[in-house]
Amino acid sequence: MQDFLEFFSFADANIRYVTLGSVLLAASSAVVGCFTLLRKRALVGDAVAHAVLPGVCLAFILSGTKNPLILLIGAFVTGWLSLVVIDYITSRSRIKEDTAIGLVLSVFFGIGILLLTSIQQSGNAAQSGLDKFLFGNAASLIGEDLIIFSVVAVLLLVSVIFFYKELTLLCFDQAYARTIGFPVRGLELLLTTLTVFAVVVGIQAVGVVLMAAMLITPAAAARFWTENLKVMLVLAALMGAFSGVAGAFVSYTAPSMPTGPWIVLIVSMIAILSFALAPGRGWIARILRRRRNKTRILEENLLKLLYQLGELRQDYGNARSIEELLERRNIPKKEALSGLQKLKRQGYLKKEDKRWLLTTEGEKRGRRVVRLHRLWELYLTQYVNLASDHVHEDAETIEHIITPELEQKLLEELNYPDLDPHHARIP
Amino acid sequence: MILQVENPVVEVHDLTVSYDRKPVLWGIDLTLPAGALVGVIGPNGAGKSTLIKAMMNLLPPSSGYVRIFDQPLKQVYSRISYVPQRESVDWDFPASVFDVVLMGRYGQMGLFKRPRKADKDAAMEALEKVGMQSFADRQISQLSGGQQQRVFLARALAQNADIYFMDEPFAGVDIATETAIIELLRQMRDQGKTVIVVHHDLQSASEYFDWVVLLNMRLVASGPTEQVLNQELLEQTYGGKLTLLSKVGDLLRKQEFPAREKG
Repeated sequence: MQDFLEFFSFADANIRYVTLGSVLLAASSAVVGCFTLLRKRALVGDAVAHAVLPGVCLAFILSGTKNPLILLIGAFVTGWLSLVVIDYITSRSRIKEDTAIGLVLSVFFGIGILLLTSIQQSGNAAQSGLDKFLFGNAASLIGEDLIIFSVVAVLLLVSVIFFYKELTLLCFDQAYARTIGFPVRGLELLLTTLTVFAVVVGIQAVGVVLMAAMLITPAAAARFWTENLKVMLVLAALMGAFSGVAGAFVSYTAPSMPTGPWIVLIVSMIAILSFALAPGRGWIARILRRRRNKTRILEENLLKLLYQLGELRQDYGNARSIEELLERRNIPKKEALSGLQKLKRQGYLKKEDKRWLLTTEGEKRGRRVVRLHRLWELYLTQYVNLASDHVHEDAETIEHIITPELEQKLLEELNYPDLDPHHARIP
Repeated sequence: MILQVENPVVEVHDLTVSYDRKPVLWGIDLTLPAGALVGVIGPNGAGKSTLIKAMMNLLPPSSGYVRIFDQPLKQVYSRISYVPQRESVDWDFPASVFDVVLMGRYGQMGLFKRPRKADKDAAMEALEKVGMQSFADRQISQLSGGQQQRVFLARALAQNADIYFMDEPFAGVDIATETAIIELLRQMRDQGKTVIVVHHDLQSASEYFDWVVLLNMRLVASGPTEQVLNQELLEQTYGGKLTLLSKVGDLLRKQEFPAREKG
């Protein structure tokens, strides 16, 4: 708790810097990641992330220093090279893009690990800390490092705002973009460059192994909450930023903990929560929707049953026992009873000494279901040419989802019919 | 029956287009008159969409060239408009109907510019023309096939171009949409615009178009509808594939041969 207060009071200048850095890095890569995701090139980010490692190592070997600018340039060069190689393999051979990505990713990363190991065993004192690029270390985001990385991160955000319209069209409809004279090759190059930069600045905080998650996970999570691209970009940035701060906090309290995995774990938690909780697209929303449908089907079936019994015996005003209902239709008794209770609460049914009776509203609703059922049967026999003994099952589900507008259309198309294919009257 | 016209709006000269070295269109020589409603017709795999895409410079030709308004495509972007196939994009994209139609103005706006009020007016007007104004704020993921097609059409209309290239605008749409679209295309033609439509239904072709291009890997015919849509030419177009042409194409691919000696 004390750590928490100490960290979030931001009294320590180092904490301020580290937090600011993490937020900028995570937010900028999340924003660029939105476009990578929408362009369906999520895997490319992963390839670039792994491919920057040999660049970092080579830059160190050649320069002998850990100057962030030099390492960054090295990272950029090999990150870029990996994309060029992927494009080249895909266009010049029969190898598909996913295979090419897999090949390039492992070859570049393998070379990177090789170089890193040989540097570590060379006994060069300056090398300590280079392995931080594997899993990231937000706590090292201070001084000159911070300034350079933050400038790049801000540049990324500004470019996305500046090129918002162009990048959107590129992701949605590339062919069309070309026919209105947009420099599509240039824009592709731009998005690629932005992706490489996002990866290169992000590795300081997250490390090469997990960088792809910082690009894609916030974007995928944000997509669940909105249908508006601008909102999606802001949401992804916020989710990235939040996990960045949280990762920096972990770095602060437990310096031996690698930052990257923590940031990624936190952003993944956010993503999982989004998959579960988001309205409409989310998993819980879908379960609820299914449950609602099921209840609706049960309730309407019960009303229909009561109506049909009234129709059969020509006495809508009489109450029925539950046994009478279940005799005609196989519904588990417990389910039927709870459905009946609920309908009573909603005012569609009355209960008179253990027997059930339709209210006026209940009768109306029951009649409508019966009508839709028979109309649909008629429609299927007349327009879809199904045999009349094949249409009942279909109508059993369709009767519950036809809207009043569709009902009107059905009536018009069928010319307000009186009888269904089984010669039952359409009420 | 290949009729070449004076002062064409579109001129296709000796155009050969290949996929993975296999030519799918062979040596097309085609000119189209201004102010016509043109149908490009042929069986599946005849290269109809390929022709449109090559005209739009979306596919590199193995040989030949395309000129529009007697200029290369690059000079006339502002005067042309392309309606891609509906399935060519992912409709589960976070955008509203209005956002997509507004893309039709991006060309006029130029790079980096924000949409102006006038661009929004033009987009709204285009939506009204296709009867979708009440859908402006709707998410594109919720549209039916016919509505998607109307949105693409509205996007093209918002461009205010002089010549329109449409790839299968009638594929998978309901009757109401088809009627609405053809009515709109006729109005555009009456305003002097040229509309080129890839179409696969022979039945309606004679009624819809005043100029027809028959295609089956090579140009079979091009001319006024009543002169082109006859038994003999249709048999040439639909009656069996030119298997020899296909086989030579396959061979070119297998041997990695160029379609032209110098290419």
